[in-house]
Amino acid sequence: MTARIGVITFPGSLDDRDAQRAIEIAGGEAVALWHGSHDLDGVDALVLPGGFSYGDYLRAGAIAALAPIMAEVKDAAAKGMPILGICNGFQMLVEAHLLPGGLIRNAHQQFIRRDQKLRVENNDTAWTSDFSSGQEIVIPLKNADGGYIASESELDRLEGEGLVAFRYVGVNPNGSLRDIAGIANERGNVVGLMPHPEHAVEPGFGPDTAAAMRSGVDGLSFFTSAIAAVVAQAA
Amino acid sequence: MPTIVVDVMPKAELLDPQGKAVSGAFARLGVSDFSGVRIGKRFELTVDGEVTDEVLAEARRIADEILSNSVIEDVVGIEVVE
Repeated sequence: MTARIGVITFPGSLDDRDAQRAIEIAGGEAVALWHGSHDLDGVDALVLPGGFSYGDYLRAGAIAALAPIMAEVKDAAAKGMPILGICNGFQMLVEAHLLPGGLIRNAHQQFIRRDQKLRVENNDTAWTSDFSSGQEIVIPLKNADGGYIASESELDRLEGEGLVAFRYVGVNPNGSLRDIAGIANERGNVVGLMPHPEHAVEPGFGPDTAAAMRSGVDGLSFFTSAIAAVVAQAA
Repeated sequence: MPTIVVDVMPKAELLDPQGKAVSGAFARLGVSDFSGVRIGKRFELTVDGEVTDEVLAEARRIADEILSNSVIEDVVGIEVVE
């Protein structure tokens, strides 16, 4: 079977086409979905892409989290569908209470864009199974509101239950508490992170590596993981 | 026309990068009477007609559910201004 993965476009989404392309490169079928609809078109998995939906007005991701299609996204999350929120999509997932915590303005107040090293802390999720535990990867990061925060007790719970999916390594680019770059829900089907795996899937367009400029494709494993999860579920 | 004013502030225990940046500017400008700055949001909800208990209750609901995110912010005031 070919896994059909939906990418929801919101007003102000920027990386929806990149996410679709990443899905296709990973071997899946990308399905374009629209925020104003109530139809997930029977997809097997979902990506909430990056961008600046509604200009980050009110709070980043807050208005998009109230979009019509989010009712279906919440139902799908409860049923165990793999859902990945990237950057603005991560902000939507926390605003929709599908993931805990919140994202605030970067501690240094600046927009930042860099190739960011991360450590995979949990490879037992729908979006990380093709990584090894503790693997270090490099994918682009680009955001203004990327500071992950939660209460001390919530942070302790996330760490205790292994729900921290990714941590920043070397540099903490935005003041995220405990260097948290991405988290997963208890079931492991919903994952959100600030950096952008969809921008590191094709040689020539990814981060630099020791081997060659722009050759980094560490982001590909996010999508191959989800495709494997969908195929395993169908089998 | 009556207006309901909702004030939202970042939680006291959490970082407020905007307030910190302004506070840093004070220090550079030699303003020394204020030891801290926190920046929040003020929403003005225009009401067509009378502010009934139901309207006020609805304002409280959207203040909690939409205008603020309880993970990072607190609603610190809801008042009716004529």
